[in-house]
Amino acid sequence: MSDTLQPLHTPIKRRSFFQYAGATAGATALVLAGCSKDNDPTTTTTAGTVSLGTGDVGVLNYAYALEQLEAAFYAQVVKTPAADFLTGELAYFTQIAAHEAIHRDFLKAAITSAGGSLLPTLTPIFTTINFSSRASVLNAAKTFEDLGVAAYNGAGILLKSQAYLTIAGQIVSVEARHAAYVRDLLAPGSFADDNQVDATGLDKQLTPTDVIAAAQPFITEKLDASTVGK
Amino acid sequence: MNFFQIIDQLAAVDPDVLDRFDSRRAVFSSLGSAAKRSALAATPLFLGALFQKAYAGTKSTPVDVLNYALTLELLEADFYRLFLAAGTLPNAAATAAITQIKKHEDAHVALLTRTIQAAGGTPVTGTATSGIRFKPSAFPSTYAGQLQVAQLLEDTGVRAYKGRAAELVGTTLLTTALQIHSVEARHAAHIRVMRGQRPWVSNTDDVATNPTYTSGVTGTPSTQVTTPGGAFGIPAYTKASPAENNTIQVNLPLTTALATTYDAADVAAAFDEYLQPAEVVDASRAGGLLA
Repeated sequence: MSDTLQPLHTPIKRRSFFQYAGATAGATALVLAGCSKDNDPTTTTTAGTVSLGTGDVGVLNYAYALEQLEAAFYAQVVKTPAADFLTGELAYFTQIAAHEAIHRDFLKAAITSAGGSLLPTLTPIFTTINFSSRASVLNAAKTFEDLGVAAYNGAGILLKSQAYLTIAGQIVSVEARHAAYVRDLLAPGSFADDNQVDATGLDKQLTPTDVIAAAQPFITEKLDASTVGK
Repeated sequence: MNFFQIIDQLAAVDPDVLDRFDSRRAVFSSLGSAAKRSALAATPLFLGALFQKAYAGTKSTPVDVLNYALTLELLEADFYRLFLAAGTLPNAAATAAITQIKKHEDAHVALLTRTIQAAGGTPVTGTATSGIRFKPSAFPSTYAGQLQVAQLLEDTGVRAYKGRAAELVGTTLLTTALQIHSVEARHAAHIRVMRGQRPWVSNTDDVATNPTYTSGVTGTPSTQVTTPGGAFGIPAYTKASPAENNTIQVNLPLTTALATTYDAADVAAAFDEYLQPAEVVDASRAGGLLA
């Protein structure tokens, strides 16, 4: 059967893989929904805590949470740009803001299409960031971008769908480009320095619970990532 | 739930869907009784396996994937060796950046070699004078030319890892591959800024029309790559990958299909695209730079 021997990126896949990806995850989500109510991301598991959910849809909601945070941050950066931004920086941050908003809206559409329960819109907390200060903005951006890269790197193994994995790969390298750019603004030449890339040449990777713990101070809603990918 | 409806919907967009399920087709045709249907529906793992099998890529071994990655890393490492030896680097910052990048490529070569050996495979090899290495006649004489090749190599690497990540789904090798992949993307961003380009892929790039950012093959696709440093299998090539200016992801036109209308340049830059092995090893891309 030649069709089953085609590579991942076959004509049929490009034409309609959203339907397949959606149907796969959707079918699983529907079955899971019938098994346990604990899998609903909007379910309050303990007082005031929102679960990101399980399985691939949980991974998508996890990514959606991080992209919401990044998109909200850069929207504020663009809305109230630091007075001491250097020439060209606001233009690039405007592009980064668009990239993150596109990632956020795309993931929202993907989760909805998969029939999964969508994480609610999160309320960011940016009180520790001084948006009028270039240094404060760059340091926050570096934190978010490096965290995002480590999050996607660590989440890949949790995905069962090859289609979702490819999409996650398409997003993470853009986050790494952002991270490198922001790092170079903070300290020229630090795009991949030794505190980010280890002696074996590997970037960081983190589990969902570690990433959410790092992101939690910037998010009003208490998030539970303990079941993501499970 | 009614996943038979899902199968029907799949059949509507892909008439061959049942054939894709191959031998399992008999399972569907024999599912007459409600008892059988409910038994099946109660098994989410079965569903996942079914779809994964139907749409999985060509069978390849992890060692094949790793040797493919190692080939690209050997090519990059040898290129940066030539770059540092060329004496064209204009200042300390440029020298530091290229030295740092070469350090990573060397580390990737060592890591992939160890990993392949640990998996019982035979790693492909290369030195400055033999095996997999950069083609001396393709090495530019000017700093600008060398930096341009660096950008093309790094952006190709970013696309290449994406093109095979799915073959490592569910394995720890995938995590390693992803950790290398994002380092290559950091390199690409820095080299791009060194060249006065945007850190991310853009239609305004001076080399936007280079095959690195387009797709397709010029040579005859094969399922085996043989270089002086070794050989490895690659999946069959059937259709061109999306070009980097692609604005459609998983069938959604992202300029218009989302809550807000987005600029095509921003949409294209928000997603890096994959390249399949046959495209990467094509003479128009990395294949043409191998000695």
